[in-house]
Amino acid sequence: MLRVEGIHKSFGDFKAVNGANLTVKKGELVAVIGPNGAGKTTLFNLITGQLKADQGKVIFHEENISNLPPYKICKRGIARSFQIANIFPRLTVFKNVQVSVLSQQEKSRRLFYPAEKVAVEETNSILESVGLSDKATNTAGSLAHGDQRTLEVAIALGNKPDLLVLDEPTAGMSPEETAVTIELIKRLADSRKLTILFCEHDMEVVFDVAQSIMVMHQGMTVMQGEPDEVRNSRRVQECYLGGAEPC
Amino acid sequence: MIRFQTKFHKEPNLVRGIFSLRSLVFPGVVFVVLLILPPIIPRFYTYTLAVILETALLAMSLNMLVGHGGLFQFHHGVFYGVGAYTVALILTKTPLPTWVALIAGPLMAALTGLVIGWFCVRLSKLYFGMLQISLGSLVWAVVFRWYRLTNGDDGIHGIPMPPFITSQSSVYYFILIVFAICLIVMYLIFKSPFGATLQAIRDNPERCEAIGVNVRRHQLIAIIIATFFAGIAGDLFVVLEGSVFPDLLFWVLSLEIFIMCLLGGWFTFAGPILGATIMVSLRTFVGIYTEYWTLILGIILILLIFFLPEGVWGYVLEKFHSQPKEAIEKGSV
Repeated sequence: MLRVEGIHKSFGDFKAVNGANLTVKKGELVAVIGPNGAGKTTLFNLITGQLKADQGKVIFHEENISNLPPYKICKRGIARSFQIANIFPRLTVFKNVQVSVLSQQEKSRRLFYPAEKVAVEETNSILESVGLSDKATNTAGSLAHGDQRTLEVAIALGNKPDLLVLDEPTAGMSPEETAVTIELIKRLADSRKLTILFCEHDMEVVFDVAQSIMVMHQGMTVMQGEPDEVRNSRRVQECYLGGAEPC
Repeated sequence: MIRFQTKFHKEPNLVRGIFSLRSLVFPGVVFVVLLILPPIIPRFYTYTLAVILETALLAMSLNMLVGHGGLFQFHHGVFYGVGAYTVALILTKTPLPTWVALIAGPLMAALTGLVIGWFCVRLSKLYFGMLQISLGSLVWAVVFRWYRLTNGDDGIHGIPMPPFITSQSSVYYFILIVFAICLIVMYLIFKSPFGATLQAIRDNPERCEAIGVNVRRHQLIAIIIATFFAGIAGDLFVVLEGSVFPDLLFWVLSLEIFIMCLLGGWFTFAGPILGATIMVSLRTFVGIYTEYWTLILGIILILLIFFLPEGVWGYVLEKFHSQPKEAIEKGSV
């Protein structure tokens, strides 16, 4: 479904991503792990178009989507959430998701028709599935941090994505919130038949839910494989314990 | 699914129709009062009301971009001026009928909006505003310098109007009705999917791009619509004053209407009407006593920044709906 081939991105002299490879198959839950500064977020930004790659390709559904603007990539079927809660703070929770559904249904530019009558059912069903429907009329900016992160995911779901990219969905969450979010991700992957690519700091979480894990170190892909394979890999252990050269 | 819908219908804020009875009462009463006022009040006040309505339309057109779109449209007066000058030039230099001129005004303003906007949407935030001021000032300079066409600094006076909009009360009613129609159309846009997406772009353009919205194009369409309404305000100016002059396109006027939006409440729909009312009243009534009325405006602005950052109308709405304060503080525009 998604293939990243030898992608590079530098900021000045700093090579943030330096030849990363990644494969995501349909229906899989794929995690990207790596120490701080390994280039995980940059890699995600390259996939979803927030950044332009210096070199390499992103292939989605057999089409090279590298260097397309974010809104076009989204229309191809990749939706994402961000590491820092990235919502529409002045709009209600309902509107936050609705705007995304409107975009998916190509109705964003409709004039002279009440928005309150468009995409209502879809929006409510998404809010229900992430458990935010009782807060639908709240202003999004006033939500608790955990709820804002959930709303992030809900906004991404509004795009009916084939592939959902989640950048550290549990960043800044308490252990309880983390557990709830992980449950949510598992449930969504199941019920909505989603393919999910995510990156995460919490190793327990990763080895618990991911079907395939890609390990990054200093902008490079160390390996990608099943959880057991990754757990037992000497190269991965060296990367995490330090001392080793980029593998 | 049925369960969600029942739940949904219980939420009054969500399902409140575009024009519910309750939301119509206040504007309805104001409209009726404005209809019956002219025969009762002195002529000067009727004129002032007409100025307020025409200025309010201009301020609302700007607020569509500033308050709802998060665009720093610093030089909105240009489109007002272009609209007014188009009408004036057509009526004085061509034999075309008035209605053609009145339609051409807003269209020309929107076309200018398209051209200037096309460049500006490539930039964001303050850079957008700076480029907008530069390109707008260019238009002002052309109008100011092109003496043979525009009469430069002298402006164009004695623009002929058809009989049905020459008497003072007919001018007033014409302006009132055009204003009311524009208000309804703007409200429909504000409440449409287009308006909702525009407000989402204001809150977070990057996120909007990531959910598949072509942000630049959306902003450009908003600019075209808003400048069209600014052009209509320009129409009304010509109908009211019968003359045009380059000051209409000068940046000082643009600043004034920007302040009207802030003063009234830029995140609200009706705030700019209040802002325009306050500004025009100050200019008219305090201006009689002192030419330094801007001093009072300055003091009001300082108080506004400290105590009512959401503007006067924003403050009233906040009190009425008691929205969580936190939401407002976290809002980023």
